[in-house]
Amino acid sequence: MHIMEGYLPVAHAVGWFAASAPFVAAGVVSFRKIVARHPEARLSVAAAGAFTFVLSALKMPSVTGSCSHPTGTGLGAVMFGPSVMALLGTIVLLFQALLLAHGGLTTLGANVFSMAIVGPWVSWAVWQCSRKLGLSQAVAVCLAAAIGDLATYLTTSAQLAWAYPDPVSHFGGAFAKFAGIFAITQLPLAVAEGLLTVVAINALSARIGHLDSFGMVEERKRA
Amino acid sequence: MKKYSSVILLLVACLIIVIPLVIPAFGGEFAGTDDRATQAIASLKPGYKPWFEPLWVPPSKEIESLLFALQAALGAGLLGYVIGRRHEAQRRNVDH
Repeated sequence: MHIMEGYLPVAHAVGWFAASAPFVAAGVVSFRKIVARHPEARLSVAAAGAFTFVLSALKMPSVTGSCSHPTGTGLGAVMFGPSVMALLGTIVLLFQALLLAHGGLTTLGANVFSMAIVGPWVSWAVWQCSRKLGLSQAVAVCLAAAIGDLATYLTTSAQLAWAYPDPVSHFGGAFAKFAGIFAITQLPLAVAEGLLTVVAINALSARIGHLDSFGMVEERKRA
Repeated sequence: MKKYSSVILLLVACLIIVIPLVIPAFGGEFAGTDDRATQAIASLKPGYKPWFEPLWVPPSKEIESLLFALQAALGAGLLGYVIGRRHEAQRRNVDH
């Protein structure tokens, strides 16, 4: 999902920065609120960031014969809500842009939008819906992480299709082309991410299987 | 959720990752999708030159994998620390 440095036209690069900036600012506010209300949650937020750090470093083989990486943003979105993930995801993307030449500074706005904003918000929405539908916690977490992961890659496909429409079939054709590269490769990896996220939540929960005791989910509702 | 289910989930995740590697029908170059997207851009808009270069590029594949490993290690280390602390805190609560 990393759009490489210099590969978005200037107007698009600026536009995605403008679109992402308010979310990242809200992420900073959200982080401060979480830490002010629950100083003990600092470590949990760090764990959510660490999970994204690990998963986005792991490029995995897929059935298409290509490699891609999960995003790991679903875990934090389920635990703390999607807002704070905009901040954590930006830190990860900045690390990769500066030290790994992966993604880039000019494409940071667009990459933040797909991985640190759309992914977490979709994960959070799926989590909420799944719980309302009465699905078990594990299934809800798995679905949230997997669908959020896919949403990130579909967003990247749309961003690229918008910047590089097909001469004949325009946006639609280009979107099919990019989604063919990203989304199909991502399908099995998204399932793997869903499973890993359930394992991580299990390991992090103080009482096995009780996400509420993890601290934030219920607290956040009351706050 | 019972404890052993984590082990099963990890095994299934491993299977998902390993299957493309061992079943020849799924074989390929296993290039990164980011690079394939860059190639797709080249076919949609031939002659496109990126207008900005990365400030710093790892000088070799080895250095790049060093930094990726560092990224994963930092994340895994921190994650393991938090999990360890939580379980220790839980154990003490149970003891007292």
